[in-house]
Amino acid sequence: MIVTLSHYLFLAGILFSISILGIFLNRKNIILILMAIELMLLAVNINFIAFSYYLGDLAGQVFVFFILTVAAAESAIGLAIIILIFRNYQSIDVADINRLKE
Amino acid sequence: MKLINLYSLIPMAPLLASVFIGLFGRKLPKQLSHIIPIFGVFVSLLISLYALYISVNGYVFNENLFRWITVGQYDLKIGFLIDNLSAIMMVVVSFVSLMVHIYTIGYMRDDSGYSRFFSFISLFTFAMLMLVMSNNFLQLFFGWEAVGLVSYLLIGFWYQKPTAIHANMKAFLVNRVGDFGFLLGISLILFWFGTLDYYEAFSRINSLSNQNVVLFNQSLSLMTLISILLFIGAMGKSAQIPLHVWLPDSMEGPTPISALIHAATMVTAGIFMISRMSPIIELSDTALSFILIIGSLTALTMGILGIFQNDIKKVVAYSTLSQLGYMTIALGVSSYSLAIFHLFTHAFFKALLFLGAGSVIIGMHHDQDIRNMGNIKKYMPITWITFLIGTLALVGMPFFSGFFSKESIIDAVKLSNHFGSNFAYFCSVAGVFITSLYSFRLYLLVFHGKENWKKNNTSKSIAHHGLKSNQNPHESDWVVTVPLILLAIPSVIIGYLLINQVITTDLINKTVFIASGHDAFLNLADHFHGALSMSIHGFLTLPFWLMVAGFFTAYFIFYKKYIRLTAPKFINTIINARYGFDTLNEKVLAPLVLFFGNILWKFFDIKIIDNILVNGTARLINIFSQTTKKIQTGYVSQYAFFMVLGLLGFASFFIIGWIK
Amino acid sequence: MMQFTDYLFYFFSSILVLSSLRVITANNPVYSALSLVLAFFSAAGIWLLLHAEFLAIALVLVYVGAVMVLFLFVVMMLDINTETLKKGFWNYLPIALIISGLFIFEIYLVVTDKFFYEAKVLSEDATSNTELLGSVLYTDYLLPFQIAAVILLVAIVSAIALTMYGKKSHKGIDPKDQIRVDKKDRIRIVKMSSGKTK
Repeated sequence: MIVTLSHYLFLAGILFSISILGIFLNRKNIILILMAIELMLLAVNINFIAFSYYLGDLAGQVFVFFILTVAAAESAIGLAIIILIFRNYQSIDVADINRLKE
Repeated sequence: MKLINLYSLIPMAPLLASVFIGLFGRKLPKQLSHIIPIFGVFVSLLISLYALYISVNGYVFNENLFRWITVGQYDLKIGFLIDNLSAIMMVVVSFVSLMVHIYTIGYMRDDSGYSRFFSFISLFTFAMLMLVMSNNFLQLFFGWEAVGLVSYLLIGFWYQKPTAIHANMKAFLVNRVGDFGFLLGISLILFWFGTLDYYEAFSRINSLSNQNVVLFNQSLSLMTLISILLFIGAMGKSAQIPLHVWLPDSMEGPTPISALIHAATMVTAGIFMISRMSPIIELSDTALSFILIIGSLTALTMGILGIFQNDIKKVVAYSTLSQLGYMTIALGVSSYSLAIFHLFTHAFFKALLFLGAGSVIIGMHHDQDIRNMGNIKKYMPITWITFLIGTLALVGMPFFSGFFSKESIIDAVKLSNHFGSNFAYFCSVAGVFITSLYSFRLYLLVFHGKENWKKNNTSKSIAHHGLKSNQNPHESDWVVTVPLILLAIPSVIIGYLLINQVITTDLINKTVFIASGHDAFLNLADHFHGALSMSIHGFLTLPFWLMVAGFFTAYFIFYKKYIRLTAPKFINTIINARYGFDTLNEKVLAPLVLFFGNILWKFFDIKIIDNILVNGTARLINIFSQTTKKIQTGYVSQYAFFMVLGLLGFASFFIIGWIK
Repeated sequence: MMQFTDYLFYFFSSILVLSSLRVITANNPVYSALSLVLAFFSAAGIWLLLHAEFLAIALVLVYVGAVMVLFLFVVMMLDINTETLKKGFWNYLPIALIISGLFIFEIYLVVTDKFFYEAKVLSEDATSNTELLGSVLYTDYLLPFQIAAVILLVAIVSAIALTMYGKKSHKGIDPKDQIRVDKKDRIRIVKMSSGKTK
């Protein structure tokens, strides 16, 4: 089967669904949720780059560039928060972190 | 200086003085509290005199000062209309106000609310001047309400006295009834005429004079409806039956404001207003007869009550009611000039009487019961003379000012052919006798006879008021007596000087409109042969002899007490109940209003608005939040779950749309 | 006729899918992180196939080199009790499968459209990808580029501010403590007899 744009997009879709699955399965482990989000972003990036290539428009790649930047920032802060949570709860179980309710 | 700027200074000077004294009066030296307002009012008086001079020379000033509000198609402006009518009113208002200002220095000397009082009366002067100078209905209404407000504040000036608070509330509420009618009248004018400017409205009157409106399934002339509504407003302000109940009670206020507001100026606002509206009123014979009958009833019945009062101020107050009735009678027979003329003379002699009464009250150390007075002429000669002048003017002694105005009114009523004019004639002639009776009773009991305060009687109910039996009253200060003298002079001469202009030349008549057929006033002019001949002729008329009879009746019954009259019990009851108007209000009308108010309050306000609408909204939101709160578990993973669901929903939405 | 690059695509994508499945199912978070590294590597390979050389290298250098190392750091630093975290792991599998299955199905519906299937590469540019990206990044996207830099700076600052703790190194007064101060912390009212004998 000759690879077309569809293949790339479908690959990204599979990746996205896997990360959704990951969020559901690892609903307790906050680090893995963060990793699943990284996977989601990767899927989106694949979409962007595929389109950029097939449509001959560099804007897609520029977007990926910015997404990478923001994702890096996000994971840095997210990990810092995880460290704080662990420091306060001695756990990274999301089930323990329901103080938002109050 | 442009005339409009000069004229705008007339109301502004007292207003500025009032605001200044009201804000800073307590911090400033006491002298400033009266110097500044007196200066302000004096400025008003000077410019008013100038305005009168210009206006008498034939220039009618009518300009707008600025645009106040623009609502849709209506431009509501502030402006001045200075013709003879308003110029005369301005002079009366500022002159009496100035006298009262000066008088107040003496009367209120030891009162803790000294600067507050001056602030209020200056504010009153401002409001009254705005009322009379107005060239449109809205500004008239503004002044109307503003004088009502200041009247309320001043009746309740001694706010620690429960009776004063009751009286000012009563005055305010009764005036609301009248004002409601007035407001409806103005609204009708705005609706049908499309403007609130006097001249514009009057110029559109011809096209509407036969207009009918349907009210309660009955066709009614628009002009009659407007006229009666406007007159209801005048009835409230000018204390005509049955809206008069507030005026006797308003005597709870300090005497200077009784003179200024409740005798000379504010209560005459209704008379002024009806004269101003003459182009509308004249078109309705029904309204004129209504005015005539109300005025007649007021003139007679209120005078009768005056005979039975023992409070010196109450006697003068009932006399004011009666005289207001005379003015209303004059309005009813289309003799607006005479109404204004009587207003004019009445302002002087009634203010004089009130201030004289106030002077007596000072002398008696705030004892107002005339049964405790007597022979005061010995101790207070200036007060005595001026009070006598006021009394003579009031009863209509020829050559005194009251004679000319009242006699003219009675003549005009005689010549009138309005429905009800016979009744009015009877009332006004009988009123002369009554007026004479209560006036001389008051005069004789206060200034002649035995020095009753020396008897240690028990009627001095309040311990710290009144003279002790070893004290004597003494004449008041010059700040009290000078205004008395200054008011006594016009009380004597002003009628003689002006009657000719009023009746033959068109001093006031050219500013009012009299429909053809309503020619009592014109006929009167035919019978008029100069002030002197009128005065001499006055000695031969029925009213004069009734007046003399009144004097002797008062002399024999109340002074010498030759005849001890014991009135039948039911008459006593009626008199004591003041014809039962208060009882009617308190026992019937007030409970009725209270009843409906309670229904509206307890059912509509509390149940429907508060409970269902206001609290119901809150409750609904609360219920909703209580329900939706349960979605907020605080678990991040659940939030993520719902986010994913939402994403799926959106994706599905677009994809389903795309497939179609 | 399938070309070499097509084989490469299938190769990389199967690694990508498998490693990402490994990411979400691994027992130990360290394995997850390492699988994620593998996933990024294979994604970089796919990006190379799409002629996005610069981004592919950036992904490897930045993500694998920095972010994933950070992840590993954190995972190893924290003493995570994997047993409790794994409890009830498969409980939500059915609903998760339904939702992701629906998702894949919807995406399948879209991407099998003729527009995507028959899309041709419009122009193969001879110029290097890095040069092209740089030329637009420093001209058309200059301001967003700067903002991205600022975002990174803020992320650095906030990450440090969040995690930094330890003994107080300065003598300043904490406003928070100042506000919380209560009357009874400062004043002690002592009851004493006046000294007078009764």
